[in-house]
Amino acid sequence: VTEAPTMSTVALSTGSWTGPVIDVDVHVTVPDSEVLLPFLSDFWIEFVHESNLRAPPAATQVYPPGAPTTCRDEWRPADGSPPASDLAMLQRDLLDPLRVQHAIINCYWGIESIRHPDLSLALARAVNDWLAEEWLARDSRLRAAVVVPGHDPNAAAGEIDRMGEHPGFVSVLLPTRSMRLYGNRLWHPMFAAIARHDLVASLHFGGQSDGPPTPVGFPAWFLEEHAADTQLWASQLTSVIGEGLFEKFPTLRMSFLESGFAWIGSAMWRLDKEWKGLRRDIPWVRQPPSRTIRERLKVSTRPLDAGPLDHWRHAIGWLGSDDMLMFATDYPHAHDQDFQLLLDATPDLAHAGIMGDNARGHYRGL
Amino acid sequence: VTVARHVVARVQDIPEGGRLIVTLQGHSIGIFHVRERFFAVLNRCPRKGAQLCRGSILGYLEADAPGELRYDPDRIMLQCPWHGWEYDLETGESYVPRSRIRSYRVDIENGQEVAEELRGGQVQAMDDDRATRAELGLGRSGPRVQRGPFVAETFPVSVRDDYLVISLPGRVRDTLEET
Repeated sequence: VTEAPTMSTVALSTGSWTGPVIDVDVHVTVPDSEVLLPFLSDFWIEFVHESNLRAPPAATQVYPPGAPTTCRDEWRPADGSPPASDLAMLQRDLLDPLRVQHAIINCYWGIESIRHPDLSLALARAVNDWLAEEWLARDSRLRAAVVVPGHDPNAAAGEIDRMGEHPGFVSVLLPTRSMRLYGNRLWHPMFAAIARHDLVASLHFGGQSDGPPTPVGFPAWFLEEHAADTQLWASQLTSVIGEGLFEKFPTLRMSFLESGFAWIGSAMWRLDKEWKGLRRDIPWVRQPPSRTIRERLKVSTRPLDAGPLDHWRHAIGWLGSDDMLMFATDYPHAHDQDFQLLLDATPDLAHAGIMGDNARGHYRGL
Repeated sequence: VTVARHVVARVQDIPEGGRLIVTLQGHSIGIFHVRERFFAVLNRCPRKGAQLCRGSILGYLEADAPGELRYDPDRIMLQCPWHGWEYDLETGESYVPRSRIRSYRVDIENGQEVAEELRGGQVQAMDDDRATRAELGLGRSGPRVQRGPFVAETFPVSVRDDYLVISLPGRVRDTLEET
């Protein structure tokens, strides 16, 4: 067995921030389909065994188990079990030392890569029930995102309705690489359900769409796929603004998790500029898109996208709002930039918001 | 406030959907005839200075949600030919924050009234030079432009016709200045 290369040598900390935090992007992993059996019907139990289904294909494609980005070194379980699959470890490694008041767990398991529409729904339901019973019920600090099938907006809406009244669920996990851009009207039933239950639509890095992982084509290396992800975020942002998702659902809020945010300022400028001349195409967009983005969208702080401090400070300023950033560790995934960089680049008055209050205003019941 | 009033054309000179572009007191101004109303605005887009009055005349389009279009043909927008920004011909306002165009008052007066005002110096006539430079655009979008003169040949004033009188702030200037 070869050891994963060491990436992080110092324990993760919140730097000079010593208060409590809300962590909006914490991952838990389904260690194996076996843990879902108590939440599956007899037919699906047989199906899982007969087809030897251990995990949906995208689970390990999006987070290759051996990649240094997949887990911080000190968070890798010594027994070789999958990272982030044990509550005691999560408490010891993250919730306790970082003074986490609430953590929103996003269980990305690649369910959207399953094309069997009934299996995909059955697995999503099982994951949600497993999250409620094995995680939410066992630590009151935890909140969770509802997992939904990726190719059937009506089935997704049904699952959101089933879980929506559970107070532990505060958002819906939507992979960035979706089968269609999220502004597309075919998604409306799903977003209607999200809005109906006052949940947040949480787009998260990952997914397996019908197309390649960059808008142009297939890259050659994992690094390219990882870095080119920014283009998908920009595409989704443009789509949900242009197709009027926030006008269709006037209370809808959205999170971008693991999107980075240094790029958002210039994307807003471009959207505003084009809107002035091409508003007639999208007359439902009644105010400059940047305003809608600031009102409805919040972004997690992993990755930090930090560059040289002077430049990066400008890039954050270009967001035009101190309220858009929400602290997140992206546990257990490894990002090597220190949170102190963010505290140094933002005004002191914004820190309470970034470390918790912004999320509190965004998600229900925090 | 000093106001200079100019008689620019007979009502019948600008057909429905047309616009006449004239120079008054050094300013290029477009007079539009849309749905039986007349509007006058400065021929300059505040964005980048394009000749706004060469743009398309459009009904107002709005929506509360994707696909739920409301089209109002009576609220008339002028769309800049360069960058597509739209301005309300009546109010000069745009949906773009803090951007608006200058609009001018248009009166329709009968020939007898105009003739008296011309004699008394209360309105100014178009001279031959200005009338020759005037342009008539026909068609609501992509207007076909014809060169003048359009007005000079209609003078002296006929009592049987109605005339368009544009009011501009400022004193009357004799020299023809291009903006």
